[in-house]
Amino acid sequence: MRALDRKLFRELLGMKGQALAIAAVVAGGTATYVLSSSTLDTLQGSQARIYREFRFASVFANCKRAPRQLLERIAGIDGVQAVEARVAVPGNLYLPEFPDPVTAQVLSLPDSGQPLLNRLHLRSGRLPEYGRDQEVVLSDGFASAHKVQPGVSFTATVYGRRRKLTVVGIASSPEFIYQLQPGSIIPDFKSYAILWMNREPLEAAFNMKEAFNQISLEVGRGGSPEDVILRLDRLLAPYGGQGAHTRRDQISHRYLSEEFRQLKQMATVFPVIFLAVAAFLLNVVITRLMATQRSQIAILKAFGYTTPAIVIHFLKLAAVIVLIGVGMGIAAGTWMGRGMVTLYMEVYRFPYLDFVLRPGVVAGAAVIALAAAALGAVQAVIQYASEAPAQAMQPASPGLYKPTLLERLGLGRGLTQPTRMIWRNLERRPWKALLSIAGVAASASILVMGGFWGDAVDFMVLFQFQRAQRDDLTVTFIEPISEKALYSLVSLPGVTYIEPMRTVPVQLRNAHRTYRTTLQGLDNGGDLRRLLNTQMAVTELPPEGLVITDYLAGMLAVKPGDRLTVETLEGRKAVVEVPVASLVKEFVGVSAYMERGALNRLLREGNSISGAYMAAERERSAEIHKRLRDMPVIAATSARARILQSFYETMARQMLIFAFFNTILAATIAIGVIYNTARIAFSERSRELASLRVLGYTRGEISYILLGELAILVLAAIPLGLWMGNRLATFMANSMQSDLFRVPSVVTPWSYSFATLIILIAAVLSGASVRRKLDRMDLVEVLKTRE
Amino acid sequence: MTIPQESIFKARSLTKVYDMGEVQVQALRGVDFDLYAGEMLVLLGPSGSGKSTLLNILGGLDRATAGTVAYRDLDLSHANEKQLTQYRRRHVGFVFQFYNLIPSLTAKENVAAVTEIAENPYSPEEALKLVGLEDRMNHFPSQLSGGQQQRVAIARAIAKRPAVLLCDEPTGALDSETGVLVLEAIDTVNRTLGTATAVITHNADISRMADRVVHMSNGHVQSVDVNAERRSPRELHW
Repeated sequence: MRALDRKLFRELLGMKGQALAIAAVVAGGTATYVLSSSTLDTLQGSQARIYREFRFASVFANCKRAPRQLLERIAGIDGVQAVEARVAVPGNLYLPEFPDPVTAQVLSLPDSGQPLLNRLHLRSGRLPEYGRDQEVVLSDGFASAHKVQPGVSFTATVYGRRRKLTVVGIASSPEFIYQLQPGSIIPDFKSYAILWMNREPLEAAFNMKEAFNQISLEVGRGGSPEDVILRLDRLLAPYGGQGAHTRRDQISHRYLSEEFRQLKQMATVFPVIFLAVAAFLLNVVITRLMATQRSQIAILKAFGYTTPAIVIHFLKLAAVIVLIGVGMGIAAGTWMGRGMVTLYMEVYRFPYLDFVLRPGVVAGAAVIALAAAALGAVQAVIQYASEAPAQAMQPASPGLYKPTLLERLGLGRGLTQPTRMIWRNLERRPWKALLSIAGVAASASILVMGGFWGDAVDFMVLFQFQRAQRDDLTVTFIEPISEKALYSLVSLPGVTYIEPMRTVPVQLRNAHRTYRTTLQGLDNGGDLRRLLNTQMAVTELPPEGLVITDYLAGMLAVKPGDRLTVETLEGRKAVVEVPVASLVKEFVGVSAYMERGALNRLLREGNSISGAYMAAERERSAEIHKRLRDMPVIAATSARARILQSFYETMARQMLIFAFFNTILAATIAIGVIYNTARIAFSERSRELASLRVLGYTRGEISYILLGELAILVLAAIPLGLWMGNRLATFMANSMQSDLFRVPSVVTPWSYSFATLIILIAAVLSGASVRRKLDRMDLVEVLKTRE
Repeated sequence: MTIPQESIFKARSLTKVYDMGEVQVQALRGVDFDLYAGEMLVLLGPSGSGKSTLLNILGGLDRATAGTVAYRDLDLSHANEKQLTQYRRRHVGFVFQFYNLIPSLTAKENVAAVTEIAENPYSPEEALKLVGLEDRMNHFPSQLSGGQQQRVAIARAIAKRPAVLLCDEPTGALDSETGVLVLEAIDTVNRTLGTATAVITHNADISRMADRVVHMSNGHVQSVDVNAERRSPRELHW
C-alpha cells in the first residue's frame, strides 16, 4: 500500500463515527433507490411475462346477453387475433366457520377447459371435467385466506339458486392479479372469491344458453385497439353492450399501473433527498478534515506531490465513504426489496414473482451516489489543495467575526459572552447553518410523510365508514325489484332500520368528455347512507338534478348549474340531459347521485329498488346472514364491520412495515446531520472551549456553547421540517389522485409530534456523544498545539 | 525588595509520569516548590525539563502522579474535577504561548467572558487599561497583532483578581520588541496588583525581571536563585 493510501485508511479509522454517519445517509438513499427500482423491475417484469404466458386480453367488454353466433363476426373484426366469451354471474358462498357474507364472481370456462385468453394458472388441483357440473376452480387469494384445498365442498347461491360446489383446483389469473370486490379499494380475500366453472351449468342457471355477457379480445400487433373497440361496440349495441375498453381501464391492470407510478415516484423523491443531504455532509466533513490538515498538505506539496495528486487523495476518501454507504444500501435495499415483493405477493396475486436486481440498478446507485459525493467534496478539496505551501504552513489567522445583526440593532446588551459566541458563529457561516437546518428539516419532513399515510387512511375510513356510509349491512338484488321487497327485509329479526337505493350504470357526457359510473338513487333524510359536501357537512339531494363527486366534476369539466348528458346502460336505454345541482366529496371511486324518486321518473320504472342499506343488531348478525342467504333475489351482501376489519388487517401490516423503515431512514438523516454538525463544531472549537475551561468555565457551561448552537439549529429545523412534511404529503396526495381513489392530505398533530420527538431524540443522542467528548477533552493537549 | 514568606503554593516530592502507551515519560521526579505571595518567579529550563508540567499541576489543569501540592488550604492533589474548575475560576489566571483568545468575541468580550463568572472582578475596561489596550477594546482577535492578542490574554487572566498568574512561554511566539510590551504588562500586574506570578521561559535573559529564578532540568529543580535586583522588562535584551 502506498503511503498516501495508508494515510487515507488511518484517517478513515480516526473519523469512523462521522464516516459511518455519512455512509448511513448514503445507504438510506441507495437503499430506497434499490428497493423501489428492484421492486418495480420485479413487478413489471413478472407482469409482462405473466400477461404473455397467460395471454392477458387487450380489449374487454360487457353486455347484457349476446348470442354466441355473434362471436364469428367479432372474430372477423380487423386486427382481432383471438376471442374469448364467457358468462359472468354474481354469487354468494357460505363457509360454515365464517359467518360473514362472501361475495363471488362466477365465471364460465369453455368446454375445452382452459380459456384461450386470460388463461388460468393452476396452483393446485385441476380444471373441472366436462360434464361435472358441481366442480369449480377457486381463486387462490380466497383459498389461502380460508385454507381451502381441492376436495372441499361448500354451498353457494348462483343467481338466486343454491347449489353444492366442489373445489377441484386453485388458480390465479392475469385478469385478477388485484382481486378487488367492486366498490372497494383494498382486496378482502376472506369475503371475495372468484369461481370458474363449466359453461353449461352456468348458462343454464343464468338463463344464458348459448349466450355470453363478457367478452375479451386479443388485438394483434398491427391492429388498433381503438378501431376494434369501435367495431365491437357497434356489434354489441343491440345486445345491451356497455362499451368496450382496453387494458387501461381493466381494474386489476389499473391498480397495478397506479402502484408502478408510486414506486417510480419513490425511486426519485427519496434518493434525491438522501443524496442531497449526503453531499452536504461530505462537503462539511471534507472541508473540516482539510482545514485540520492544511500544514500536512503543505508539507506533501513541499515534498513534490502535485495538486491533482492531493485532490485525488482526498476525493478517494470521500469515495471510500460513499462506496461503503452504497454497499450497505444495496444490501439493505435488496433485503427490503425481497421483503417488499413478499408483501406484494400477499396483496397482488401474481402466479409468481421473480425478484430482479438489475446490474444497471446497482451501477446506477453507485454512480449517482459518487456523483453526489463529488458534488459535495470537489469544491472543498480543490480550494485547500491548491493553496501555496508556504501560506498553508503559516498558522491560520483567527476567524473573521463581527457583531451579529441583533447586536448591531442594539439588542445584544443583555447577552452573555457564551450566547454571543453561539450567535456570531451561526451568523459567520449562514450557509452552513442553513444547510444543516435544511438537512434536519428534510428528515423531519420524511417522518411527517410517514405519519401522513396512516393519517390519510384513518381519515378516509372515518369519512367513508362513519360519516357517509353507516349501515351495518348492504344488500343488492340480482335485478331491480319492487319496493315491496323492503317489507321482507325490515321484518327480518334483528333488522332495526332500512333505507332503499336504486343504482343504474350510466355514461355521463359533457361534450367530448365521458365517464362511466353508477348513478345512485337515494332517499332524502337517510341516516345510513349520507352524502357529504365539499365542506364535509351532510347534504340533501335536490328534488331534481344530479349530485356528483367533485373529482368527477373536474374530470367532466362541469360545475353546478351545467348540464350533463346521462345515458343509462341498463333497461330502457334513456339519453337525457340533467343539470348538475351540487357537488359532494368522496375519496373512493366517483359516483353520481339523484333523489330516488327523480331517478325513477327518469328511468320511467315506477318505484323499483336495486338494494338496501340496513341497520341491524350486532348480536343477531349471524342469524340475519342466514336468513338473507335463503332469499333468492339477493345477489350480494356486504357487512361494514367486515370491510373495515379487512381494510385494517391488510393496511395495518403494510403501514407498520412502511412506518418502521421510514422512521429508521429519517432518523439516519437526522443523526447523520446533527452528529456531524456537532462533531465538526467540536473539532473546530475545542481550542476555544478548552480556553474557557482553563478560565474556570465548568463542563456544563462550555457544553452550552456547543450544544446551544446545535439546539438552535434543531429548533429552527423542526417547524420548517413539519411544514415541508405537510407540503410533501400534499404533493404525494395530489400525485395519487385518480378516479379510483383520492388520498386526503391530512396530517394529524400526532404525526407532527412523532416527527418532532424522533428529531429531538436524534439530537439528544448526537448531543450526548459530543458532550462525552467535551468531558474527556485534554485541556493541556488542546492548548499546547498550534491550530 | 524583600521576599515575603507567605507561601501560596506548596509542592512536595511532586512526581508526574506520563503513560504514553509502551513508554513512560517521567516529567517530574520529586519536585519541592514554593510560590510566595506577591512574588515574581521565573521557571527556567530547556524544553522537556518539566516546567510546563509543574505549571499545569499548579494551575489545576493536570494532576500529579505522586507527592502533594496545595494552594493555601486547598489540597490540589486530591481535588476532584469540580473543585479544580472552581479553583481555576476563582484563584488562577493563565497566559499561554498561543494566546487562545476566542475569535468570535472582541477584546472586551473576551475579558468579559471571565468577569461574568468571577466574584468581584475588575471591569473589562479596567483590565484592558492595565495592559494598555483601552483603545482596542472593540476589536476582534483577527484585527489585533500577536502582541496585542497576548496582552488581551493577560487582561483576561487578571480580570478576576486572581491570587496567582501563571504564564507559559508568554513571549514564545513574539518578536523581542513585542515581547517586551507583553512582559511589561505582566510586570505591571505583579507590581501594582501584587499578583503572585510564575513565568515559564527558556530564555535566561527574562529571568532578570524576577524576584526568584527556579532552574529546572530533567524533572528536577536544579537550583533556586534569588535576584538581588529586579530589572524592568525594558532593560532586557534577547
